[in-house]
Amino acid sequence: MDRIPILRMGEFLLVTIQVDMQDQLALRLQEDLTAAIERHSSKGVLIDISALEMVDSFIGRMISDISGMGRILGAETIVTGMQPAVAITLVELGLSLPGIATALDVERGMEVLRAKIRNGADHVADDGR
Amino acid sequence: MSQTTGGEVPLKSEHDIVLARQLVRRLTQQLGFSIVDQTKMVTASSELARNALIHGGGGAMQWHLFTRDAKQGLELVFIDAGPGIANLELAMTDGWSSGQGLGMGLSGARRLVNDFNIRSAAGAGTTVTIRRWK
Amino acid sequence: MVTSCLIATVLRKQRKQLHEQWMLELGRVSAGRGRISSEELAQQTAEFLALLEQASQHAMGGEISSNEFKEIREFLERVSRSRVQQGFSSDETATLIFSFKRPLFQALRAEAGKDADMLADEVWTATELLDALGLHTVKTFQRAREEVINRQQQEMLELSTPVVKLWDGILALPMIGTLDSARTQIVMESLLQKIVETGSQIAILDITGVPTVDTLVAQHLLKTVTALRLMGAECIVSGIRPQIAQTIVHLGVDLQGITTKANLADALALALKRIGVSLTR
Repeated sequence: MDRIPILRMGEFLLVTIQVDMQDQLALRLQEDLTAAIERHSSKGVLIDISALEMVDSFIGRMISDISGMGRILGAETIVTGMQPAVAITLVELGLSLPGIATALDVERGMEVLRAKIRNGADHVADDGR
Repeated sequence: MSQTTGGEVPLKSEHDIVLARQLVRRLTQQLGFSIVDQTKMVTASSELARNALIHGGGGAMQWHLFTRDAKQGLELVFIDAGPGIANLELAMTDGWSSGQGLGMGLSGARRLVNDFNIRSAAGAGTTVTIRRWK
Repeated sequence: MVTSCLIATVLRKQRKQLHEQWMLELGRVSAGRGRISSEELAQQTAEFLALLEQASQHAMGGEISSNEFKEIREFLERVSRSRVQQGFSSDETATLIFSFKRPLFQALRAEAGKDADMLADEVWTATELLDALGLHTVKTFQRAREEVINRQQQEMLELSTPVVKLWDGILALPMIGTLDSARTQIVMESLLQKIVETGSQIAILDITGVPTVDTLVAQHLLKTVTALRLMGAECIVSGIRPQIAQTIVHLGVDLQGITTKANLADALALALKRIGVSLTR
């Protein structure tokens, strides 16, 4: 059974999508990821798509779904490594993935996630809760 | 030089969609399209192949290499014998969704190609023809 | 005007001789340019004669736009295009057709015998037909040449759109001239590519040198900004002149939260701040 591996990196989870995704694989990834977020109390998920030479509306939807699920479970999602040709095509398609954070690569993605979590923690502190 | 200039592949399963777009990638590479143009064509074919499978109950993708005005190009025809689209105009508007997903399929795919043609009617299946050239 | 049948007859009966004489004529006027092999030339002229025989049966004045002439028109278009590729000039290409006049007229004279009136008519018809075909060839040639020039311009544009690295992590793209769809595509692609190559976080699009911004140009800018965002880079647009600001507001273009600065210097200062560089004077 093919599964997309999920790597744990401290308080984050890293998913590297390398293969041509079919819906079974995508569904399985969502299940595995949500389970992993819960199991490790992860604060962030990085979806690295630097190996993807194409993102269509199906994959775009999958990324949106994962992001939404993650947020509900308390984890911020960030998409890293989108290739230029893919970015140009997505824009032309009309898919701009609103509300989903992006970064050039995994390293920068983690910096962004850390900053977000820090800011989030600060707000909580300010609230005094 | 005997190179096939046309063919047909089935679109009966998710795996077929993957195979179809890998084929389109190979064909556009063969034609020497730029990376961006390759990606646009592959993405459009993925959208339309998925439409044929999910909404059309399965079908096929035909492909032809052509030369027009000394420009080389690729023509893809997505055919299904499904329920068809009752309101083509509505289906071609941005943001229209038949319920599943982001609904960008048709209008989005049109922006990715040079030529776009669709024939469909309720109960009569759907045929979408797209062309891109260098 | 009577449709000719003598031209067709002559082409049928004397095809071989006409072909040979035409090739001789071509050898004489072209002085063997050598850009095209004699086999290829022989092939093209032979095909032309076959098509001409068919077409000439319908010859009526200089009219060649009807369906009967479709095949020969398309043939000439193909020949024109290949001549462009091979580096011929437009008059060299037209000579191909016009050089056939002499052999044809000689053959017509031989066939017409003593009938001077018929000969005059046939020669006139032949002239009009060949002139029209020659003109068609030239027109196609020019069109094809323009396509080549456009393509070359695109390539030059690609090479001449400089993406400048202002700082570690900051790229600037000074855009100059009109922004049309084709140009913006190329510019967008090269900028995105450079972002990946340099690992830069911020791109400054400077439009000081862009004379007008209409809805289309604004759309193109928006697309570039969105693509940059998808890749994880930020974008600042600088160089917006007062007139352009007015146009943008009048057109009702929504810049969707794009950061803008009046000039490149301000944009750079902002970019540096964003990447955490502080300037000490």
